[in-house]
Amino acid sequence: MWRTCLLSGLAVWLAAAAPAHAYVAYVSNEKGNTVTVIDTDSWTVTNTIKVGQRPRGIEFSRDGKFVMVAVGDDDTIQVIDAKTQAITDTLPSGPDPELFTQDKSGKILYVANENDNTVTVIDLPTRSRIGDIQVGVEPEGMTVSPDDKILINTSETTSMAHFIDTAKREIVANVLVDTRPRFAAFKSDGSELWVSSEIGGTVSIIDPVKHAVTGKIEFAIPGLRREAIQPVGIGITKDNKTAFVALGPANRIAVVDATTHKVEKYLLVGQRVWHMAFTPDEKYLLTTNGVSNDVSVIDVASQKVIKTIQVGELPWGITITPQ
Amino acid sequence: MFRWLAGAIGVIALGLTAPLTRAAEPVEVNIGYIHHAGTRETLSLVMQPAENDGLAGARLAIEDNNTTGRFLNQHFNLDEARLKAGDDVVKAAQTLAGHDGFLIADLPADELLKVADALRDNGTLLFNAGAIDDRLREEDCRANVIHVAPTRSMLADGLGQYLVWKKWPRWLLVTGSHDRDKLYADALRRAATRFGAKIVEERTFQDTGGARRTDSGISLIQRQIPVFTQQAPAYDVLVAADESEVFASYLPYRTWDPRPVAGSAGLMPTTWDAAHDQWGAIQLQNRFVKLNSRHMTALDMQAWTAARMVGEAAARTNSNDPKKLVDFIKGPDFSVAAFKGQALTLRDWNLQLRQPILLSDGRMVVSVSPQEGFLHQTSELDTLGVDRPETKCKLH
Repeated sequence: MWRTCLLSGLAVWLAAAAPAHAYVAYVSNEKGNTVTVIDTDSWTVTNTIKVGQRPRGIEFSRDGKFVMVAVGDDDTIQVIDAKTQAITDTLPSGPDPELFTQDKSGKILYVANENDNTVTVIDLPTRSRIGDIQVGVEPEGMTVSPDDKILINTSETTSMAHFIDTAKREIVANVLVDTRPRFAAFKSDGSELWVSSEIGGTVSIIDPVKHAVTGKIEFAIPGLRREAIQPVGIGITKDNKTAFVALGPANRIAVVDATTHKVEKYLLVGQRVWHMAFTPDEKYLLTTNGVSNDVSVIDVASQKVIKTIQVGELPWGITITPQ
Repeated sequence: MFRWLAGAIGVIALGLTAPLTRAAEPVEVNIGYIHHAGTRETLSLVMQPAENDGLAGARLAIEDNNTTGRFLNQHFNLDEARLKAGDDVVKAAQTLAGHDGFLIADLPADELLKVADALRDNGTLLFNAGAIDDRLREEDCRANVIHVAPTRSMLADGLGQYLVWKKWPRWLLVTGSHDRDKLYADALRRAATRFGAKIVEERTFQDTGGARRTDSGISLIQRQIPVFTQQAPAYDVLVAADESEVFASYLPYRTWDPRPVAGSAGLMPTTWDAAHDQWGAIQLQNRFVKLNSRHMTALDMQAWTAARMVGEAAARTNSNDPKKLVDFIKGPDFSVAAFKGQALTLRDWNLQLRQPILLSDGRMVVSVSPQEGFLHQTSELDTLGVDRPETKCKLH
């Protein structure tokens, strides 16, 4: 509340100074069974869409026409038309879908199914299920390499990043990381894979060619117990210079020099910060804060939190209009 | 009794006939599970444990370990020794230990100690999944026993912190007449002293014998309990210590004064509850129900955690050498994730697994301790149970 009061003046000034970009952010509210729509120009909530049960993973289609949201307790992915903001379709995911990712063309969707240790492959144009890949216990984090050749899936209880050949749909390598990996992200040049470990409290830097952990980012915040620092969401800028890591119940985003892997500072956001998304111009980074039911807006250049927006109950995932 | 024998013969037979297509044989990790046949009697029919209580959790962990093991060329096996009346526990444990480097034990304290001492020199690591006696981690601690089960004092502290946080500091303590009821009462008294609660009066509920189930029992209990709880000094909550299942479940809604009940009935401290769904626990609950067609209990969870600790150590060390695994588990880098919102680690001074304590009303998880504001210099989990400066344990 106080953050909103203190900073709203600054935000108005920033909004006035910067040219208007009409991006739209969609936030999945895990407990509220809703998706909140935010206008990134006015930073206001423009709509709340009722969706299925336990919405978590959420992503725009590559063409920006649809928003897909995994509703785990309904065992499906719902498709929201970005124009009408109404649910128009569902996708045949496996049971309990949580996170998913698309190939570069936006034709193939890969879904992590937490309940049956599989990754489901869906052909988006025909909306049909075209394959399954057996992975470790409780698959979650999903990302595709920039060249589309390798799909990464992380499994929470197995504590591995599985490297999956997208052509053969087979596992080609498994890399052990710290306990309970939650999220995976490639640098835009494919040179590094970052995997966050929620219970292990670290981010592993993996060499995607050697399939080996080459470094680990650790976090230390004065006055906070180590157990409270639980890395989940990761955002790396396109120039691969700066990374942001959500630290869950530590209520902070770590700003990391993506070249040296050194933590530069910690930004206080809302409670239990989970996932994040950049605006396409990378001016702003939006984070979902589960326990405080809000979204923090970070000014990427100044590395400052400039705004807090109230959303639905337990905000989890976030996606913003592609270019 | 020793199922691995049949399994081993099966493996040999397969080895003779199966074509040699595999590049490398998987590395085998063998875990034994030792417990008694039969189950204890409970007052409530729905709390009656299943025949495979505990064992079912270990079996699920073996499945989970094997899913991970597929990627590491490791394979996990579980061998069960189910003791019948008159069976020699030490002999059974030694037979298991001849095949298994790790033994999960659901045994009473004295039997656990006998087994630990008998296996002292052969390198077998024991996991205490069932015994909550503090003495096993204090004056009777052993260097070859890891305690996955919580202690009575951890359970009592988890409950005590919440009652104090809730501002219900005046307790009426009712204790059963059996030894373990008295031990639980000791732990509750200690919790009251540590966290600033006051026991306003103590009463003993004498076990006079008799059947737990009778056709007209309800009307009798309805008269008995109000009388038993009347004329108490002003109190906020009735805390019952009744591990023997003689009276505590009769207390809620029947006390003379309208007061909540906690301890052995009402709000109960535990390591697991079938209603726990936070921190990804729903996934584990779903897997367990699918495999066993029943809900997961605290003992199931303790056995699951023990077998997962072995799996975690095997994956991290990429080995099945019991000595390597034991060193890793006892070392500073070990932790295990068990759906409690934080990593679980071992207290190096007595090999007790640090863990949050759930508070359940039998239907929902009401809270999870440690509670906010109970601080500690190393780990807030060490506000639960006997801490390093107070320990009587000397590990050899």
